[in-house]
Order: sequence, then C-alpha cells, then structure tokens
Amino acid sequence: MRSVTAIGDVGLEWLDGSGPHADVVLSTRVRLARNLQAHAFPTRLGPDERRRIWARIREAAEATELLREGAAIELSAVTPVTRRVLLERHLISREIAGGLAEENAPVGAGLFMRGGGELGAMVNEEDHLRLQALRSGLRLTEAHRDVDRLDEELGGRLSFAFHPEFGFLTSCPTNVGTGLRASLLVHLPGLVLTKEIAKVLQGINQVGLTFRGLYGEGSEVIGNFFQISNQTTLGKSEEDLIDHLNRIVGQVIQYEMQARGVLLRDAPAVIEDKIWRAYGLLSHARTLSFEEVMNLLSAVRLGVGLKLIPSVRVSSLNTVMIYSQAAHLEHAAGRRLSEGEEEIHRAAYVRRALGREGRAGGRGSGAER
Amino acid sequence: MLCDHCGERDAVIHLTHIENNEMNSFHLCETCAAEKGIDPETEEGVNAPLAAFLAQMGGEESDTAAAEEGECPYCGLSLDGFKKTGRLGCSQCYVAFEAHLKNLMRRLHAGTQHVGKVYLPPHDSTDTSREEHLSGLRRRLTRAVDSEDFERAAKIRDQIRSLEGA
Repeated sequence: MRSVTAIGDVGLEWLDGSGPHADVVLSTRVRLARNLQAHAFPTRLGPDERRRIWARIREAAEATELLREGAAIELSAVTPVTRRVLLERHLISREIAGGLAEENAPVGAGLFMRGGGELGAMVNEEDHLRLQALRSGLRLTEAHRDVDRLDEELGGRLSFAFHPEFGFLTSCPTNVGTGLRASLLVHLPGLVLTKEIAKVLQGINQVGLTFRGLYGEGSEVIGNFFQISNQTTLGKSEEDLIDHLNRIVGQVIQYEMQARGVLLRDAPAVIEDKIWRAYGLLSHARTLSFEEVMNLLSAVRLGVGLKLIPSVRVSSLNTVMIYSQAAHLEHAAGRRLSEGEEEIHRAAYVRRALGREGRAGGRGSGAER
Repeated sequence: MLCDHCGERDAVIHLTHIENNEMNSFHLCETCAAEKGIDPETEEGVNAPLAAFLAQMGGEESDTAAAEEGECPYCGLSLDGFKKTGRLGCSQCYVAFEAHLKNLMRRLHAGTQHVGKVYLPPHDSTDTSREEHLSGLRRRLTRAVDSEDFERAAKIRDQIRSLEGA
C-alpha cells in the first residue's frame, strides 16, 4: 500500500455511469461499521491511541488481498483542500473531514482504498472502521459482496467488537447489529416535476427506509438528488436489508419512469424547452453557483435520460457534478477562491466540459483548467 | 449556505417537511432555529434522529434505573453522557447500559437480536476454540454457496480443510 498525499483524480470510478439504471441511480454504496475489541470508540480516544489504531489497521490492510495494492491517505498528512475534495467525492464523511483550518486535521484518521475508490475503509471516524464499497448504478448485491469480502479479510486479522445478541457493536446504536448501511443516490426529477415526490418519500419512510440529501445525514436536497438507505441495522440479515432496499428502489425507478412518461406526453414542449434552456445556461453562463449547476444538471440529465440530448453522456454529467464543487475548483486553481471567483471558475469549467462533450462526444477529464 | 431567517450566519439545520404532499425545505442557523423554537433533536429525519428518541425516552427512565446503571466501568461514560451525545464510548457500554439500550433498540430497529453475519475472530485468538471456528466457517460456506459466490466458497472450503487437518 502506498501513502498518498496528492490525490489527483483518484477514487472516481463510480462516476463512469456504467451500472444498471445509471441515468436514475448515480451510485450504490454499502458500508459496514466495525470496531476493534478492547479499545474505546474513536470519539473517546486520545491522539496517541488513535495513531496506534491507525497503524494497526494499516498493518492489517497491507496484508489483505483487496487493499494491499491500494492507497493510504492519512488526513493529517494532506492539505485542508484535499480533505474537502475527498468529502466532495463521497470518499470520506463530513464528520471526519474536519474544518478548513490546518489544526482541525483529525489525528490518526484517514482512508485506505483501491485506486478506483470502489472499495475502501475509513479509519477512526465515529467507528474505528467504516468499510465501504461504491459502485456506479444500481449494484447492491455486488457492492455488498465486495465489502463483505473485505470485512472477512480484515476481520480475520483484527479482533472486532461483537456481541452475540447485539451483533457488531458501534458507537451509535442506530448502526449496531449488521453495521450495514446501503444507500443509493437517485435522481428523481420526474417525480419532483409531477409533484408525486412527497408521496413516494412518505412511502419510503413507512417501509423502514430513509432518505437524505446529497451529502448524507443532515444535508439538504439539491438538484433532485436523494439518498435512499435502510434505516434499521439490527434484527434483519444483511441479505434481507439489501433485498428490501433493492425491491423498493426498483419500484421508485418505475414510478420515476412513469412520471417522465407523463411529462413527455402532457407537456412535451415545456419539458424540451426546460431541458435545452438548462443546457444553454450551462454552456454559456459566465458565473454559476453550485446550487444552480446542480439544478441545471438535473434538467440536462433528464434530457439525456429522455434521449432529447443525444450528444451528452451520463458519465460526463457525473464528472461535472463532482468537479464543479467548491473544493475541486480550488484544488484545480491551486489557491483559495473568493465566492465571486469561485462562481466564475465554476462557469468556465462547466463551459469547457460541456463544450468538449458537444464537439467530440469525449469524456471531460475535469482536472484540466 | 446562509440561514433563511437572518441571512447572516451559516445554516446548519436543514429541514425537509412533507405536508399535504407538498415538500418544503428550509435552512436555519442554530441561533434562529432556537429562537423559532425548532429543536433539531425533536425534528424527524434531521441531524440526530437518535437524539430525538433519547430525549423522548428521558422522561420514562426512572432515576433509580439510571443510578443502577451508573457509569461504564471500562470507559467511564455515564448514561447521561450517552443521552446527550447519542454516542456510546466503548463496546463495554453495551453491557453497562444493557437494559436501557434494549429498550432503545426495540424502537430503533426491527428487533433486538442480531440475525446477520456471525463474526469469526482471528483463529489464533484465545476466545474461540477450534470447533467454534470451524462451525462458523461452515455457516459461512453455506452462505457463500447460497449466494452463488463460488470463488469465495472454494476459499472457505480450503480454510475448513486446513483447520480440520491441523
């Protein structure tokens, strides 16, 4: 395993738009929370013990087949903007990313992952270990299988805290048992435009699932993106939790498709106009806020899904969504940007990315400026 | 993002309300949320859903029960400390606060008994016998075959063989 401090474009394989239903389901994530026996949970550990745990888990990860060739990113060794970039790539959580200031770097915390970011382990967040598989599209079973293998490889080398009744023990009792949280990032513009979304979300809550915004717990809903995940972790097997989520999200996709059908049937001119206006703004605007980009991308994504904009690919929209976030723009610029500068940089980046796509149908690398 | 109310401070509380099939989002800073009497801990689906449960449960717990449970002997966390943060301090807290936690888990989860994957500690560990480890591996083999993960099943089979031979 190599220590990485300059992250470049790592950890973005899940953006490739290759999975099933990738125009609706951006990504599948399955994570398992695990803790080491005989150590307090991270929130109650001093810096020395946190460092010892980081070293111990690293040693175990080095010995696994799955992570041996991967990267180790220790958060105290990277710049604040890099930490924010990792957060924007959904590779680490807000909690572990720390603040903007150098001194807020969490000690002994970080990430081990395979190059593409499809499999990794976050260390010393709320739990000692958060194993995570990330996939493009709707691939719950595969993602669970991957993370389950990593769990077995690490669990055969580290002693995990496990209780015969409560299962895998976690810092927060909402994660105890399987420690499994499966979440799907879904794009539901059809349901939002037809005003059916509230009903669907209510239904989701009633069947033991929960929804959140783009960045997980406590975050807001923007660009018609919702994260749908299981709420309970104890009292059901991993397979049951995965199957249930799979089934319900399958239905949500069906409702979304029906809603898109209704929009096309009842208001084709309005929808087409909305989509092309959004494309026009993204292609020509000189300043853009992130929220505006997300809302415009949502319309363009709908257009791609409805095959109204044939020249743009889902993977490019995914890339633009990630690289037009604030820390990515600062990372590319190599300096802090004021809010005004940020919006100018964002518009310039989006213009170029979509321009490339329009001309060559090629994939925007995003890292270019 | 700035607070919808004062427009000055950063919004840290994001609420999504569903009423009469209309979804409304609003964003408030901590100060304005407190002034408006919105306590994030009692709002469903926001930052700390667990804290809401804990707050509701606070009244039901008698003082004597809390006193009996006292502090976790391993990490020193008190039951009150847990109720404030919603986070336990260590795995021993699950033993120290078992009665309270069981009650909580009945509300949070589908049951209080773990029915998922059974953990197999490293087999040089002293807390499991060879037989226990073998039976755990056999359960895993069944699971792998059930999920048609034959590559993994073959690996587990080899582990079982080498352990049986040992």
